[in-house]
Amino acid sequence: MPRIVAKEVLAPGIKKFVIEHPQIARKRQPGQFVIVRVHGEGERFPLTIADADPERGTITLVVQEVGHSTMEMGRKEPGEVILDVVGPLGRPTPIRRYGRVVCMGGGVGVAEIYPVSLALKEAGNEVIGIIGARTRELVIMEKEMRSATHQLIVCTDDGSYGVHGLVTKPLQEMIERKERIDHVFCIGPVPMMKAVAEVTRPVGIPTSVSLNPIMVDGTGMCGACRVTVGGTTRFACVDGPDFDAHQVDFDELMKRLAQYRNEEKLSLQRLHVGEEEPKCAARAAS
Amino acid sequence: MTKGVIPNKTPMPEQDPKERIRNFREVPLGYTEELAIQEALRCLQCKKPTCIAGCPVNIDIPGFIDLVAKGDFLGAARRIKATNLLPAVCGRVCPQEEQCERACVLSKKFESVAIGRLERFVADYERETGKIQYPKIPRRTGKRVAVVGSGPAGLTVAADLIQQGHDVTVFEALHALGGVLVYGIPEFRLPKSILEAEVNYLAALGVHFEPSYVIGKTESLDELLQRFDAVFLGLGAGLPHFMHVPGENLNGVYSANEYLTRSNLMRAYLFPEWDTPIKRGRNVAVIGGGNTAMDAVRTALRLGAENAYLIYRRSRAEMPARLEEIHHAEEEGVQFRMLEAPVRILGDENGWVKEIELISMQLGEPDESGRRRPVPVPGSEHRLAVDTVVVAIGQGANPLLISTTPGLRTNRWGYLEVNPETGETSLERVYAGGDIVRGGATVILAMGDGRRAARAIHERLR
Ligand SMILES: Cc1cc2nc3c(=O)[nH]c(=O)nc-3n(C[C@H](O)[C@H](O)[C@H](O)COP(=O)(O)OP(=O)(O)OC[C@H]3O[C@@H](n4cnc5c(N)ncnc54)[C@H](O)[C@@H]3O)c2cc1C
Ligand SMILES: Cc1cc2nc3c(=O)[nH]c(=O)nc-3n(C[C@H](O)[C@H](O)[C@H](O)COP(=O)(O)OP(=O)(O)OC[C@H]3O[C@@H](n4cnc5c(N)ncnc54)[C@H](O)[C@@H]3O)c2cc1C
Ligand code: SF4
Ligand code: FES
Repeated sequence: MPRIVAKEVLAPGIKKFVIEHPQIARKRQPGQFVIVRVHGEGERFPLTIADADPERGTITLVVQEVGHSTMEMGRKEPGEVILDVVGPLGRPTPIRRYGRVVCMGGGVGVAEIYPVSLALKEAGNEVIGIIGARTRELVIMEKEMRSATHQLIVCTDDGSYGVHGLVTKPLQEMIERKERIDHVFCIGPVPMMKAVAEVTRPVGIPTSVSLNPIMVDGTGMCGACRVTVGGTTRFACVDGPDFDAHQVDFDELMKRLAQYRNEEKLSLQRLHVGEEEPKCAARAAS
Repeated sequence: MTKGVIPNKTPMPEQDPKERIRNFREVPLGYTEELAIQEALRCLQCKKPTCIAGCPVNIDIPGFIDLVAKGDFLGAARRIKATNLLPAVCGRVCPQEEQCERACVLSKKFESVAIGRLERFVADYERETGKIQYPKIPRRTGKRVAVVGSGPAGLTVAADLIQQGHDVTVFEALHALGGVLVYGIPEFRLPKSILEAEVNYLAALGVHFEPSYVIGKTESLDELLQRFDAVFLGLGAGLPHFMHVPGENLNGVYSANEYLTRSNLMRAYLFPEWDTPIKRGRNVAVIGGGNTAMDAVRTALRLGAENAYLIYRRSRAEMPARLEEIHHAEEEGVQFRMLEAPVRILGDENGWVKEIELISMQLGEPDESGRRRPVPVPGSEHRLAVDTVVVAIGQGANPLLISTTPGLRTNRWGYLEVNPETGETSLERVYAGGDIVRGGATVILAMGDGRRAARAIHERLR
């Protein structure tokens, strides 16, 4: 079973795990993800493969604790196992020589854009990185992103570090300066990806976003992950997760992500109650 | 010849409908020993039994029934297992009314012998008494076979080949083993513990299982062929079809696969003890008329629906579901709305389903399937208030593995083309069977395919 060999807290609520999984480490390509299940009664949920070491047979996952399942994962320690890790799923991001590209990541999305950025750089592109977070202490993987780009711009919403403002600001400025941009790759919260799409649309810069709908199996069997792209329904887990940003119906995606809001709240409350009274006994019995 | 025959099947005790729609426990409770013997005695022990040919795997039906009549239940179980690996499953889910029971001579004048119920009884008896007999496995041959997919087709291949002494590894994309039997068919129709017992049995015989392992992703078919002497593809038909009507991506619209997977595989009906949620709709419309639709609509009732509608575009007589399931659904209060088809789904400002627009249908000329084609009645559109819609109009071939494997020949629907005698695909050493070849079919046909392919694989490896 996939064992955790290392863990690091990158920022409050954002944790990095290095996990043994030789097959996935060997096969994964940038842009692909895994589905994990932390324990027997747990949800299946997707996480991008942030990095891999085929020699050591490990993969790196970076998790932002936003709800029940991600928090349960956050509590796992080195030496423990993650019950199921399946992958690598999804289509890899097409890596080729585009020329001059911009790789953008927001929040935990920085960990997801990192492997894409690195591969694009290695493929001979000139890579400009733009990463952002709400505030200074939430900026993650800055050092890694520096090595995966030729130039890196860091933004914070509150101006506590780097450029004051959203990641779209430096992108907009590059466009206004008429800098050459052959392709934009962007991963982050839906509102950020939507905003980036709106910035590049008028000037027609090809833009790819990695969509993050709710998933169950991740193999094209359930359709939970369906998104509307260019007016047709696609399954993000097998047709994506990368899509043409200018074709994506982001508003629908946003609504679909809110589908279980009430259940998520309930689930989270139980997790906190569970802190005083471990539910392991009940779980083992069922 | 049929004088003195008791005309009707011995009834099988069942949970009361009012009670059972509030739980997910199995509906039929099974025969007791006395009831089983009583039913077995209805069998005429025909000299030239017609029932055997009605069974896709040709179980020795009069033979096992005779053993039941004599009280030798374990002997009966072993007799069945000589040809059918999963009798506890088949006894529950086979469409007996179209197979063995239809072929039973009694069915000409009376009700047939309850072959399915008896099959189920003896399999349960064997499992519950723990007196499972393990076959002697011949010397290991050292040959290695990979089985992709752990549905009934794959499990049959694994069982047959392990008993021939070959090494068998089963790769399964999901974390649980059993294919549709674990993710699709609900607990109230097929308890998960039965499948667990079957898988444990195979593991005890030496079958190696690799769950959470997707062929085409975790490892390619080419790579498998380097490690194994033969590969069997039992991938199933797991791609959900949608209707392509407006509003289908609204919140509260599910494919039957998602709805049933959340409920069965992920136990969403136990939320929040288990972590996966599902929408507990009050007014639920399920679209379709097959077993999948029946399972979804009965799941909706158990999740607390006040109105569970089954919307089907043809009439009752054309519904492909098992008779028993239709009957159970009706008893439980499912509202059948026949000759209606969805036109669009309407949502509220937050993107949630609030209504479905339907159009009335009438039956016209027969189509290719021989069933009368439903045609819309112009101007008959009308609306129904619902908060959940489950689309159960069928499944297709999942292209995940096939699209990444050059040289695998498919037909125009995307299903694999195989030699019908051997199950061999267009790729050397690669065999296939079950729903990935037939399209959505049945458990027993998938098992029959597995058996045929296992025989051919064994021939090749000898
Ligand atoms: C292909 C893909 C790759 C992903 N990669 C990563 C990754 O590398 N690191 C990471 O931390 N997260 C990643 N995610 C998101 C992650 O899967 C979700 O955050 C997680 O499922 C939330 O589960 P939960 O039970 O903790 O929270 P929940 O209680 O389910 O949700 C809490 C909040 O998070 C939102 N949410 C739920 N699901 C998602 C989702 N899929 N995406 C965004 N927000 C969501 C909800 O709307 C809700 O507001 C990825 C998602 C996809 C589809
Ligand atoms: C809800 C529902 C109810 C049904 N009710 C009945 C009934 O009452 N009676 C009846 O006879 N039939 C019924 N059927 C049909 C029956 O279940 C199927 O015909 C049968 O399960 C087909 O078996 P199979 O082995 O071909 O595939 P499946 O049971 O579909 O199993 C295929 C397995 O392969 C796995 N897989 C696919 N691709 C890969 C890959 N690339 N790598 C690894 N693993 C992979 C899948 O995850 C799956 O677990 C029902 C079907 C459904 C959906
Ligand atoms: S056809 Fe019917 S009566 Fe005759 S042997 Fe078979 S089950 Fe018994
Ligand atoms: S997650 Fe089930 S089809 Fe994509």
